[in-house]
Amino acid sequence: MNPKRCAACKYLRRRCPKDCIFAPYFPPNDPAKFACIHRIYGAGNVSKMLQQLPEQTRAEAVESLCFEAKCRVDDPVYGCVGIIHLLQTQIQNAQNELAKTQAEVAVAQTNLSQTQNSDF
Amino acid sequence: MRGHEPRSSSSCAACKLLKRRCTPTCIFAPYFRSSDLLTFAKVHKVFGASNVSKLLGEVPEEQRQETVNSLAYEAEVRLKDPVYGCIGAIASLQKKMLELQHDLAVARTRLLAHSGVSNHVSQLDNSPELAAFLDLVPYSDLMLLDGSTSLDAYLYDLGQPPFV
Repeated sequence: MNPKRCAACKYLRRRCPKDCIFAPYFPPNDPAKFACIHRIYGAGNVSKMLQQLPEQTRAEAVESLCFEAKCRVDDPVYGCVGIIHLLQTQIQNAQNELAKTQAEVAVAQTNLSQTQNSDF
Repeated sequence: MRGHEPRSSSSCAACKLLKRRCTPTCIFAPYFRSSDLLTFAKVHKVFGASNVSKLLGEVPEEQRQETVNSLAYEAEVRLKDPVYGCIGAIASLQKKMLELQHDLAVARTRLLAHSGVSNHVSQLDNSPELAAFLDLVPYSDLMLLDGSTSLDAYLYDLGQPPFV
């Protein structure tokens, strides 16, 4: 048993075994991290998800789950999908602006060529 | 004697999957129709039915459909990419945005350079030449002119929202 329980086992009020799947990713000094992820996904689901992943990818998975959980807590309706929508809108606007600017550059180039030709 | 809740004529997808009685007040029923078991199955696998129920209970009724839509989307993406989920999609979009900002900065700098040389571009928005040009050339085919320029002033600040 871990002499010091991980944040997950502390939160769940249980013993923290040596092979606790949460322990490497939820240190006891950050209880809010597990609380947030448990609120949205549930400890059981997180455990299942981590067990299905290769060990070397679990830390990344925990970080992405934590980020999404925090987004969902901050915005219960849209979660991180709100960020995706916002980025898609901004990309569309930037694409439109780029196309407009490129057209303006092309016209300016054309006008410049015509000016230079008429000077000769 | 325990009171009985009236039985709904058909179970919603959630109650079907959870193998329980679907009541008229079932919180899932309006959003998980029995014809689409898969959507609830995915949401349940990622979030769990009781968490979804709590989440729906925390939002106003008129926003619950949007909530379910976003949960379904997140669940779908997480099941496809169990390591990064929606964060992978966000990272791709941020990269795309950076590329666009770069291209826009280059185009604007070139436009400024040409504006300084030619007086004909001062009314570009109403220019008949621009209108004719746009009619001929689709946006997707417009090519940047050759040349290099500084773009540092236009790079997107990742420290500002929505880039967290």
